[in-house]
Amino acid sequence: MSDSTRSFPSAGSVGRFVPRSYFGVTFALLFLLTLGGSLRVAQVDPRLLFERESLANLARFVGGMFPPELSWSFLSLMARPVLETIQISVTGTLVAVLIGLPLGLLATGSLTWSGILHEQRPAAGRWLLGFVPYALARALLSVFRSIPEFVWAFMFVRAVGLGPFPGVLAIGVAYGGMLGKVYSEILEGVNSQPLEALHASGAGKLGIALYGLLPQALPNVISYTLYRWECAIRASAILGFVGAGGLGQQVELSMRMFQFNEVVTILGLLFLLVAGVDFVSGRIRARVVR
Amino acid sequence: MKTEVKRAMWPWVASAGFALLIVWSYQGTQVDLAGLLGGEGRRQIATYVAKLFPPDLSAKTLRDAALGAVETFAISFVGSVLAVVIALPLAVLTTRSLLYRGILYEGRRLGPVSKGSRIGVYVIAKAVLNVLRTIPEIVWALIFVLLVGLGPFPGVLALGFHTGGVLGKLFGEVLDDVNPRPIETLHSAGAGRLAILFYGILPQAAPQCLSYALYRWEVNIRAAAVMGFVGAGGLGQRIYIAISLFLDNQLLTLILAIYVMVTVVDVLSAYLRRRFL
Repeated sequence: MSDSTRSFPSAGSVGRFVPRSYFGVTFALLFLLTLGGSLRVAQVDPRLLFERESLANLARFVGGMFPPELSWSFLSLMARPVLETIQISVTGTLVAVLIGLPLGLLATGSLTWSGILHEQRPAAGRWLLGFVPYALARALLSVFRSIPEFVWAFMFVRAVGLGPFPGVLAIGVAYGGMLGKVYSEILEGVNSQPLEALHASGAGKLGIALYGLLPQALPNVISYTLYRWECAIRASAILGFVGAGGLGQQVELSMRMFQFNEVVTILGLLFLLVAGVDFVSGRIRARVVR
Repeated sequence: MKTEVKRAMWPWVASAGFALLIVWSYQGTQVDLAGLLGGEGRRQIATYVAKLFPPDLSAKTLRDAALGAVETFAISFVGSVLAVVIALPLAVLTTRSLLYRGILYEGRRLGPVSKGSRIGVYVIAKAVLNVLRTIPEIVWALIFVLLVGLGPFPGVLALGFHTGGVLGKLFGEVLDDVNPRPIETLHSAGAGRLAILFYGILPQAAPQCLSYALYRWEVNIRAAAVMGFVGAGGLGQRIYIAISLFLDNQLLTLILAIYVMVTVVDVLSAYLRRRFL
């Protein structure tokens, strides 16, 4: 045994010293190059953190945080923005569902143009009434979710004025794009056997959708929508930075006026708010998807 | 019987609760969807969208958009790498199976002082992660602009700190959930805790951690695009100016640049995930 390995060096023992593919090396090189280039472009300079001025600012900042502003007048002043943040997140998610659901249905290939539901349709009709709306819906969803909610919020502030309304629209449009995409993935992923059975027994399109698709897809749809609501509460808390209501506006105000003790309090409130929504949503999600 | 009834009731109770929440929220936010989608609102939206076209494709704007896009990419990339660097050690410190419980400590009783200090380390690391995660990127950005001045660098730090907190929590969950068998084997073969970490835990956790890091990179490219709103570089700064000064055609060019950047990172991340996992 040992003789044969010595006289015939196998491909395996040589292969150990020659990289099996160049992917690893290429990847490492590209990673380092990108990192190096990015460090330059982003003007990363850790020394800046330790300059006397930065340290003085840090001391001022940390010193200003304590004690946190916990006076009753300030806390009662914050009640309204906290509630508004919740309201923006809920209404924003509602709008996102209103946008995401129809577009998501259109963006589901198995519903609009491909697969067993459409086998007997003439090709021209499938193409014009099926594929074209499908492609348009996909494109629209992709634009909606690729533009950050912050940019949407700023544009809507310009369009409809300051306040919670532009925040709702921003979350609605950006999250509508994400919900629509995920809804269509969930719908594509359902087991097609019940659909075929319904189809074979003569069920119409609506019947197939209601009795074949919906029961399979609903738990995941609800669960993902709730997860997005958790994200929306974080988003609605910061959209105020561009004037779209909620806690963000208060953080920005206190920050600009160097009232760091107020900033700490607001961040604490934000923490409680996010934790609360995570808790409620997590409990419900655990029950929906068993 | 009672639990049966409760189980049958809860979807209705939850639905009713949500219906109330939605009505209350809808009224509180003064949303006027009918007005927005009615004749007047629709006309206004159409006018606004029409004003965005055509995108400004002059050489100057294009160069500016390209510079901003590259800067945004750099911020998201370095920010994500920094986040992993921050998250990993903190995640290890929040892995209880390495610190004071689980199979490594089954045969060995820790003294009260030793155990107390280990729990202390765990609690502190958890608290640090919570603080990092709770403060939104944009607030971190404001803080760092205050500390180190304007430019992309505070944007990098902001993404690194916030995402570091998020990834630290996710990494910690992955590290806690690894298969204990290899750990047991290493332990019984006499390996120390560091060896167990490097040979028993990290190899198992690496693919999932990498996947999380790539996912957060996709989130970060979007976040990096708005860091400029508070003076932390990238496309955001230019978008802020374009919106504030009603430079609608330039705005469209910059939005297209965001779209391209986000799509590039999504595709890259999906490719790497397929390649590694």
